[in-house]
Amino acid sequence: MTAGPAEGLLRELAPQVLGALVRRHGRFEDCEDAVQEAVIAAAAQWPAQGVPGNPRGWLVTVASRRLVDQVRGDHARRARESAVAAAEAPGDVPGRDDTLALLFLCCHPALTGASQTALTLRAAGGLTTAEIARAFLVPEATMAARISRAKQRIRAAGASFTWPAGDELAGRLPVVLHVLYLIFNEGYTASAGADLHRPDLAAEAIRLARMVHAQLPADGEVTGLLALMLLTHARRAARVTAAGDLVPLGEQDRARWDAVMTAEGMELARVSLGAPSLGPYQLQAAIAATHADAATAAGTNWAQVHALYLILERVAPNPVVTLNRAVALAEVKGPAAGLELLAGLDGDERVAGHHRLLSVRAHLLEQAGDTAGAYDCYRRAARATASLAEQRYLQGRASRVRPAGGQPGAEG
Amino acid sequence: MQFLISMHINPAVLEALTEEEMAAVGEGHGRFIAALKESGELVNTQALVDPSQAVVVTVRNGQPAVTDGPFLEAKEYLGGFYLVDVEDKDRAVALAAQIPDAAIAGLGVEVRQVMFYDGLPEA
Repeated sequence: MTAGPAEGLLRELAPQVLGALVRRHGRFEDCEDAVQEAVIAAAAQWPAQGVPGNPRGWLVTVASRRLVDQVRGDHARRARESAVAAAEAPGDVPGRDDTLALLFLCCHPALTGASQTALTLRAAGGLTTAEIARAFLVPEATMAARISRAKQRIRAAGASFTWPAGDELAGRLPVVLHVLYLIFNEGYTASAGADLHRPDLAAEAIRLARMVHAQLPADGEVTGLLALMLLTHARRAARVTAAGDLVPLGEQDRARWDAVMTAEGMELARVSLGAPSLGPYQLQAAIAATHADAATAAGTNWAQVHALYLILERVAPNPVVTLNRAVALAEVKGPAAGLELLAGLDGDERVAGHHRLLSVRAHLLEQAGDTAGAYDCYRRAARATASLAEQRYLQGRASRVRPAGGQPGAEG
Repeated sequence: MQFLISMHINPAVLEALTEEEMAAVGEGHGRFIAALKESGELVNTQALVDPSQAVVVTVRNGQPAVTDGPFLEAKEYLGGFYLVDVEDKDRAVALAAQIPDAAIAGLGVEVRQVMFYDGLPEA
């Protein structure tokens, strides 16, 4: 995220201010609107007039007055009062960090994934509606309606703003982690549009994961998710060519991986594996760390990658995991073994006809020397994907294995 | 993810509708738009003029030509579309089923995911 110091501070303070307001007044919906207005006011004033001596107190005061105004419906007094608030130096309201309680509210199970991510970015991430809309390439009015609907649903579900504990924490933490993972993936896979001013969702997801990790440092899955994000994000410069073409893991220039981020991810992955239980994020982080441990693609410890995918398949059975295991198995035992494992997925409607299954099969057929079969699968995979970058990559692979006499220019 | 829900209209089918049926279609679209706006799923919607007003542009040997064919010979035309931003394909299909056109024999509503997007969002 290319945020200036004021913006970075605002994003850090926004959830704390919202937590302070909700604890004092209840009314999450109204408080959330009031904090958003205070954040927008601060973003306009601070860079020009300087950050106030007590920025948190400033935000609490301005947001509280906006809240009172909202409740009274007295819009006329707003401008006057924010000037007064800026001049005062209100006492701070220190308290415990409410970020987790906010995240649990934003990731309420009554909401759809799209609403959970939007509300999380606004209430816990401190982003404005306009920034979130830009990140998801939708009009601001669309995003505003989505956030407002999400808050109505939360109220209708009777959700309360409380620090989750015990079974509730264990039951709902995975939802929070999944939402952070969705935000990260949105930022990682987004390919549409010219996005000079698009907020970096991957970086934002990492920041939020760090906030959760600071609150729950002993949780293996939280640590694992943060490690997974860092190890994946560290590869971003090597993942795409200057022309915007995808570079698969095996062909990436590893010297371009972010060494500092990789080292932090490796250390967190190691720590997370020491936790009493083992979950899918810890295992995926361990797999990413195994890749990061190899100086070259050829030096990859594929036996270890395969073993980790086997455990992951048992902990969180999912055809995409089996698909990835087939790649590792092919590296260990040859393409025929990988293709045999893939054959078992053809009957699974969750992946049958999916471009990932087709492209992995194409790769393995190519390795096995079946160029005609690989050509066919690459082209079918290219038609099945919804990502333009992936489509270009798959068409490129197809043209590399096009059999003599194959019709040129027939792709797409 | 974004989907384009396109309405393929057949003027002969539309002309055969009664005035009440036409009004019901219009009201159905109005309710659909209002609900999409409220849920935060509508990116935009546009309806196109009658196909008789369309022209077809071709360039041959560097020379542009403007004609009214050959697509005018078709029975179905793109009548308009909804661009929606939704959770998944199932939701897009469920929305498409709410469009009045989907319930009229002879008309169809197509759902396709958006793969590339560029432009200047107002945000």
